[in-house]
Amino acid sequence: MKPRGWKELKPGAVVTEPGSAEKFKTGSWRAFRPRWIEENCIQCMFCWAYCPDMAVRAKDGKRGEFNYDYCKGCGICALECPGKKGKKAIVMEEEGK
Amino acid sequence: MARVVAVTGNEAVAEAMRQVNPDVCAAYPITPATDIMQRFTGFVSNGKVKTEMVLVESEHSAMSACVGASAAGGRVATATSSQGLALMWEELFIASGTRLPIIMTLVNRALSAPLNIHGDHSDGMGARDCGWIQLWSENAQEAYDNMIQSFRIAEHMDIRMPAMVCLDGFIISHSIERMEYLDDAVVKNFIGEFKQLNPLLDIEHPVSYGPLILTDLYMEYRRAHAEVMSKVSQVVLDVAQDFEKISGRKYGLFETYRLDDAEIGLVILNSAAGTSKDAVDVFRDKGIKAGLLKPRLYRPFPYEEIGEALKHLKAVCVLDRADAFGASYGPLFMDIASGIYPYKDRPLLINKIYGLGGRDYMPEHAELVLAELAEVAKTGRVKTFKEYIGVRE
Repeated sequence: MKPRGWKELKPGAVVTEPGSAEKFKTGSWRAFRPRWIEENCIQCMFCWAYCPDMAVRAKDGKRGEFNYDYCKGCGICALECPGKKGKKAIVMEEEGK
Repeated sequence: MARVVAVTGNEAVAEAMRQVNPDVCAAYPITPATDIMQRFTGFVSNGKVKTEMVLVESEHSAMSACVGASAAGGRVATATSSQGLALMWEELFIASGTRLPIIMTLVNRALSAPLNIHGDHSDGMGARDCGWIQLWSENAQEAYDNMIQSFRIAEHMDIRMPAMVCLDGFIISHSIERMEYLDDAVVKNFIGEFKQLNPLLDIEHPVSYGPLILTDLYMEYRRAHAEVMSKVSQVVLDVAQDFEKISGRKYGLFETYRLDDAEIGLVILNSAAGTSKDAVDVFRDKGIKAGLLKPRLYRPFPYEEIGEALKHLKAVCVLDRADAFGASYGPLFMDIASGIYPYKDRPLLINKIYGLGGRDYMPEHAELVLAELAEVAKTGRVKTFKEYIGVRE
């Protein structure tokens, strides 16, 4: 998107488009990337509930893949994940490795 | 028919607010502005206005509540003085940066310390660059007239900026003068219905206020703010023209008094301008071409128009009722100096600091200044560029 000039701004920086935060992709902030290991997942949905953004996709009560456009790599999902039999269903891996 | 009344400046401001009937007022008492909101809350209690009156715990909260109410989509007004304005500091910038047309009466009072409750412009001068429009008033009539005009100016769709109406503490706020009130219906018709812009309470069109704007856009927002300020002068003149039709009283960006053919002149704000005009008359009677300029729209400051009005003079004294510690000259002086700077032939400029903390400014003070200016004009030499008048050694 072309950066806006000063003549194109809404008065008072008011945001008039509801839900426009969706357009602001924050995935590039990430230094660590969560990886979902489906065979260790018990579908508790803790990751979905704890994610401070909306980076854990869910459909019909089932967990889906991460949405890396918004995942900032905070690692809360991996911390909260109870896993199965001592094996985590989410692990954090350094980006670019 | 206009009503001729004998009232204090605060009473006149409260009456203007009653006639405007704002949606929300949030205020906290502080001398000498207390009297305005005290009278206004009386109107609220007696059902004379439909205003939602919010009595808050501090001026910080007062301006915060005004910001919220204005963003919600209401016509909002408040009043304060001195330390109260100082406590509002961060919200002043939020109100202007968010483009909320809040109207605030500022009854000018000295800042602590030492603690002083009297007339002084230090409070308003401190807030001169916070993005608000400032209209200054010589007397109760001007304060009343500025109040009514300020709603039209601030709420203009090209402007949408908060505005302060300034009047001198005690000297005007608590002194009784003869003045004229407009009819309620005339005021109501003049200010018109409040037009909302992106109101928070319009749930059909949800909006967000106060987003984080970082390095990629902040400077553009500031540039846009400056552009809006550059349009204020014309709106002030247009509104003044309409106001003249309902009141017979003429207003501009500033007032000139016997200035057209003057060789020496005084520049002075608010109530002391009245005293100074008498001194100008005394000098005119002596055959000395003296004049006066009294700024009305102080922010945005009409540099070009004031420079044009003063450039033909030989010597000018700018009188400041506020000092600017560390800046050497008073704040009004610095603005006037900027206004005349572009002209190759320009008057010699001197600065006097007067009337701090309500110290009396007497006709003889003005006459001494005019006598000094006559000497400067004759010799072309300035002995002292900045001095304090009416102060004991």
